[in-house]
Amino acid sequence: MKKLSEFIIEKLIFLSGIASILFVLLILVFLLKEGLSLFRTVNPIDFITGTNWYPISDPPQFGILPLIIGSLFVTFGAIVIAVPLGIASAVYVAEVAPPWLRDFLKSGIELLAAIPSIVLGFIGIITLAPFLKSTFNLSSGLTAMAGSIMLAFMSMPTIVSIIEDSIASVPKSYKEGSLALGATRWQTIYRVTLPAASSGILAAVMLGIGRVVGETMAVLMITGNAAVMPTSMLQPVRTLTATIAAEMGEAVSGSPHYYSLFAIGIILFIISFAINLSADMFLHRSKKKFKVKR
Amino acid sequence: MVNLAQAWTEEFMLEYPEKAVAVTGGGSGAGIASLLSGTTDIAMCSRNMEKKEIAMANERGIYPKEIHVASDGITLVVNPTNPISKLTIPELSRIFRGEAKNWNEFGGQDLKIVALSRDRNSGTHVFFLEKVVKMGKKKNKDEFAANVLMMPSSQAIVEEIISNPAAIGYIGLGYLNNKQKALAVASDERSSYVFPTVESVKKKIYPISRSLLFYTNGEPTEKFKPFVDFVFSKKGQEIVLKMDFVPIK
Repeated sequence: MKKLSEFIIEKLIFLSGIASILFVLLILVFLLKEGLSLFRTVNPIDFITGTNWYPISDPPQFGILPLIIGSLFVTFGAIVIAVPLGIASAVYVAEVAPPWLRDFLKSGIELLAAIPSIVLGFIGIITLAPFLKSTFNLSSGLTAMAGSIMLAFMSMPTIVSIIEDSIASVPKSYKEGSLALGATRWQTIYRVTLPAASSGILAAVMLGIGRVVGETMAVLMITGNAAVMPTSMLQPVRTLTATIAAEMGEAVSGSPHYYSLFAIGIILFIISFAINLSADMFLHRSKKKFKVKR
Repeated sequence: MVNLAQAWTEEFMLEYPEKAVAVTGGGSGAGIASLLSGTTDIAMCSRNMEKKEIAMANERGIYPKEIHVASDGITLVVNPTNPISKLTIPELSRIFRGEAKNWNEFGGQDLKIVALSRDRNSGTHVFFLEKVVKMGKKKNKDEFAANVLMMPSSQAIVEEIISNPAAIGYIGLGYLNNKQKALAVASDERSSYVFPTVESVKKKIYPISRSLLFYTNGEPTEKFKPFVDFVFSKKGQEIVLKMDFVPIK
């Protein structure tokens, strides 16, 4: 009797363990099945390199290059803002701040992650867009830059908490050694602690990128969504995610337009899979490194 | 328009829990096709059935009856500081195709025009494309310019209009308030300019208006007559207003 219940519990735990992988596989199969149907009528090369996105015209044009570049622009801008800010903030929290302030700051950063993206988008459309418009003398503030700034805020919590963790896991002996040799606190931070935590920082950057690429609601609201080939951060852009969100509602089920949105989903899946994989590799490397040397 | 039907259905089923109404989207063409194949009781349409379609229906022993359930007027809005107060449909088409780039082409300020459109998930986008950008010509290959900003909701258009003196956009009549300025529109230079109001839309004098119709096979039968009656009831027409369309009563 005992053996039987052990057996059942064991199997149940096993099922729960592989459940998430199973879900990912099922989603992938569904995505591929719907998305690849597009390529019966549209050449995949034309799909990725085409510069005109007119999915409901007659004949329709499915070129997602402006959307890919739009996503890249917004992501790049957000990372340029969020990474230096994130590293500085993590260093302060982990190394410089007094303990009482550290706890306060940490919960503040976590609180930032709790703000729904639609709220950030709404704040962006009312305050940030008019501000950018008057500062840069633009015809409209709904630009890639507005999206980047908002998304930088959204990716900060991820970036700060992972960097903070990896700084905290740098062995104490490193720091003590450096200080004993007469290095100042600042020299220790940027010559010893940060290089030792570098793989954690890279992982944080990758996960931050993943967060930004997949974000939808805020960019839909504040990037203007015009499918032009962008040449500057101060232009409106249309991202991959915003396109799916904005068009899925009315796409006629089973039409090329419908399939094309799933094909965009495949592209997004590939991008975030690659990002997560590389982040994982960096994190793994940092763990191994310290184990050997400790 | 699917949203309107959905809103009616939800309210209707609250009042008549024993009735079940199913709504499917896909556009006016899909509705008419289902009516012809006998798979739907009511086809909802934002255009009149074409002669060819009626003839096809008659051949199959289906006699479509048209019921006018609501109207829709697309209002062009600009920032109140914009001196422009009227435009023709060909002029609007040039703006949204990206041909006209500066307000001074229409006698306004020297400002780059910022055109705002609803995104492609909106039926209004499609109607505006056909009626204004293509100027009502079906075979016309004209398109929204790529740099037209696609806004996720009417509210987003309203926010941008309020804060941007160079913006022009279109919204449902219900969204209009005194922070935006509605433009009078004429079909062409020879026609008269009409302001969008509930009256001018109802009478179809306003050029960018349309009727929302139900098509049924003959008179509504007992099966779904309560639903049609509900649509015409006070509550049904209040829902029309709430969904930013123009009630017929």
